[in-house]
Amino acid sequence: MALPNKPKGERKAVRDPEIVEKEVDVLVVGGGMAACGAAFEVKKWADNESVLLVDKAALERSGAVAQGLSAINTYLGENTPDDYVRMVRNDLMGIVREDLIFDLGCHVDDSVHLFEEWGLPVWKKSPEGKNLDGKKGMKQGTLKEGAQPVRTGKWQIMINGESYKRIVAEAAKKAVGEDNILERVFIVELLLDKNKENQVSGAIGFSVRENKVYIIKAKTMMVACGGAVNIYQPRSVGEGKGRAWYPVWNSGSTYTLCMKVGAELSMMENRFTPARFKDGYGPVGAWFLLFKAKALNGLGENYLASDAAKKELEYYAPYGNAAITPTCLRNHLMLFEMKEGRGPIIMDTVTALEELGKTLDKKEIKHLESEAWEDFLDMTCGQANLWCATDTEPEKKNSEIMPTEPYLLGSHSGCCGLWTSGPDYDWVPDSYKIKADNGKVYNRMTTVSGLFTAGDGVGCSGHKFSSGSHSEGRIAAKQMVRYVKDHADFTPELPMSNDEIVDMIYKPVRTYLDNCEYTTADDINPNYIKPEGMMYRLMKATHEYGAGTATYYMTTDKNLEIVMDMLEVMREDCEKLAAGSLHELMRAWEIYHRIWTVESHLRHIQFRKETRYPGFYYQADYPNQDDENWFCFTNSKYDPQAQKWETFKRDCIQIIPSE
Amino acid sequence: MPSFVVTEKCDGCKGGEKTACEYICPNDLMVLDPNVMKAYNQEPDQCWECFSCVKICPTQAIEVRGYSDFVPLGSSIYPLLGTEDVMWTCKFRNGSVKRFKFPIRTTSEGEANAYEDLKGKDLQSDLLSTEEADGYQVPKPQATV
Repeated sequence: MALPNKPKGERKAVRDPEIVEKEVDVLVVGGGMAACGAAFEVKKWADNESVLLVDKAALERSGAVAQGLSAINTYLGENTPDDYVRMVRNDLMGIVREDLIFDLGCHVDDSVHLFEEWGLPVWKKSPEGKNLDGKKGMKQGTLKEGAQPVRTGKWQIMINGESYKRIVAEAAKKAVGEDNILERVFIVELLLDKNKENQVSGAIGFSVRENKVYIIKAKTMMVACGGAVNIYQPRSVGEGKGRAWYPVWNSGSTYTLCMKVGAELSMMENRFTPARFKDGYGPVGAWFLLFKAKALNGLGENYLASDAAKKELEYYAPYGNAAITPTCLRNHLMLFEMKEGRGPIIMDTVTALEELGKTLDKKEIKHLESEAWEDFLDMTCGQANLWCATDTEPEKKNSEIMPTEPYLLGSHSGCCGLWTSGPDYDWVPDSYKIKADNGKVYNRMTTVSGLFTAGDGVGCSGHKFSSGSHSEGRIAAKQMVRYVKDHADFTPELPMSNDEIVDMIYKPVRTYLDNCEYTTADDINPNYIKPEGMMYRLMKATHEYGAGTATYYMTTDKNLEIVMDMLEVMREDCEKLAAGSLHELMRAWEIYHRIWTVESHLRHIQFRKETRYPGFYYQADYPNQDDENWFCFTNSKYDPQAQKWETFKRDCIQIIPSE
Repeated sequence: MPSFVVTEKCDGCKGGEKTACEYICPNDLMVLDPNVMKAYNQEPDQCWECFSCVKICPTQAIEVRGYSDFVPLGSSIYPLLGTEDVMWTCKFRNGSVKRFKFPIRTTSEGEANAYEDLKGKDLQSDLLSTEEADGYQVPKPQATV
C-alpha cells in the first residue's frame, strides 16, 4: 500500500509556472530602509522613466526595521561629517571608505527630518533638560527647527519607533505609486546584457504566492536586500534559532545576486557578532549609554576598568585607546573573561537604576522604568517576554549578556559588502571613483555598469543604520535616473531564453516532483536534499571550521581549507535541492544565496593574513594586526564567464586627518 | 518565540481577499488552511517574534509563546495597536502585570508627506530633492590629509 507523501505548505509548486515579463527603466530590488529611500526619491528626478520596486515580503513590515526600533543610531545634528568619519574609522579598525562615510554624513539628517515630518515620534529635551517622549516632545518643535533630541551617545537619538517602518513605507508607497510595487516576489538571479559587456540587464525571480516566474528587464537597478543571517549555527538551535539578532529573513541575497554577475566585493571578511542580552538578544545600547550600566564578570568585577583590560586595549592602539572602544575590542575583552573562566558576563541593571534613582522623584523613576521596557518592546519584543518569563525586573535582578553568532552586514557595526563608486568630488581619490562606459562617475554604482546598491550592500562604510540606509537608497536612486538618462539608447537584452530561466528557477520544484514518490517520507530521499537540511549542513560547517561560536570565533588556515572544500560540495549538492511548495522554493533559493555569501566571507578571511578584528574573529595562524602588509582593502571578484574567483588588495586612503 | 493562532478566535479573515497575518509576515510563515479557514505558523523555528501578525490580526487571534528552548512557561506580552499608541500588557510568570503605553505616530495614517509634486532641478548635483528645495549646501571636509 502506498503511503501518502504530500508536500508540506499550503501553496503547492507546479512543474510549469506562468511567465510574467516586465521591462522598466529603473528597478529596485528589496523593501527595507534603503529600498524605501530609493522609492521616495526616484520619481523626484525621473520624467517619463518607468520604475518598479520588487520586495520578497510586504513593504509595510519588511527588512530589518520590521519590528520597529527604539533609536535612530545615525543623526549628525550639531556634529560634523568629519567627526562622523573619525568615529566610524576607529570602530572599524581603520580600514574604511572615508568618501562614502563622509558623503552619507552629509545627507543622513535630511532623511531623519523627513521621518519626523511623516509622523515618527522623536524624543526631545525640555528646556529644563528632562526627557520628553515623542508625543509630549512635539511642543518643543521639530529637529529641523532646532529642537534638541535626546541623545544616548554622540550619534544616537531616542524615538518611539514601533511604527518606524510602517511610516517610512507609507511615504515610499505614495511617492513611487502602489502600481509600481510588486510584493512577495523573490528575485533570485541577476542577468548581464546579451550584447553589452559588464552591463546588468535584468532580474529574475518568482512569486511566493502564485506559480509565476518574473522576468524583468531593466536599464539600471539597485539591489538592497539586507545582510546575511542564520549562516552560522545560532546559540539557540531549536525554535529559538528564529531569534536571530538581525532579521532571520536576510539571506545574503544582496551579496550573492551582485557577486554572481561579477560585481567586486570588499571587506567580506568583516562580520558582526554583537554582544546582546543572552538568548533574547535585546539591545544593550540604552543600558550602557542612557542608563550608564556597567558590565561585570562572574566575580562581580567591572572588568573593563581593570589594568589588564587597559593594557590589552593599549596593544591595539590607536584604535584600542581611543575615547570610544571599537565594538570588536569590547567583545574581545568579554571573550577574554569568559575564556579565563571568569564568566558569565552580567549587565548590572540593579546598580544602574539605583544610582539614577538617587536624583529622581517617584514619577521620574516610573518613567525611567517605562523607558527600559520600551527599549525592548519597540525592537526586540521577545526579550521583554524573556524578562517576564524569568521574573526579571531590572531594578531587582541583573541579566546576562553574551556575544552572538556571526552576522554579515554593511550598515550596522560591520562593513562587508560591494565595492562601489564614491561621489565625484575633487577631494575623493580617483581610485574610489568607478567610471562607467561613458567615463562618468555614478555614486554608489558597483563595478558592474548600471548595478547600484545601498544599505547593507555598500561595503567599507558601516554605521549607517536605519537612517543612513534610507538616505543611501535616495543617493543611489538619483544616480540611477541620471544613469538611465545618460544611456537612453540602451535596450536591455537578456542572455537566456524564457524557458532556460524557468528551468533554472523551478529546478528544485521539478527535482521534487520527479523524485518524491520514491520514498514514503518526503523529507528523506536519496535523490534530493531539502533546504532545511542544507541549512543545518551550512550552519554546522561554519560553526565548527569558520570561526563560529564553537571555537570562540577562532579559525586557522587548515580549518579554512576544510570548510572551503565542504562549501564546494554544498554548492554541488544545491543542484539537487528540492521544493514541494512555493514557500520551500523560497527557502531553497535563500540557502543557495547564503552558501555563496558565506563562501565569499571565508575566502576573504583566508586571504587576509592577520587578525584585524579581534572579538569578531581570530585567525590563529596570524593572531596580530599587521598594518605593514594588511592596511588595505581586501577585494574579490567572481568571473561569471570563467567561473573563477580572484582575490586582491586595494589601497586604503586616509582622507580626513586624525584629531 | 513563535506566534500561534487561537483556533476559536481566527475567522480566516472571513475569506476576504487578504488574510491579514499572511499578508504581513516578513518571513512568509503565516498561512491560511483553506479547508478549515484558519491560519497557522508553518515554520515556527523561523519566527523572529516581530509581532507583525499579532499587531495586524483583526480578531486578536494571534499570540506568541516563548521559544521552547530557553523561555520558561507562564508569561505573555501582548500589544494593542491603535492609531496613535501601542498598549502593551506584560504578564510575568509570577503573576504580576505591567502595562505600558507608547506613542507610535504623530500624524494620521496615510498622511505622510511624500512630496509627490516635488521635482528635482539639477540632476548633476549631489543634492537630494528635499535638500535642493531647502537650499542646502553639501559640506566639504574641513581638512584633508
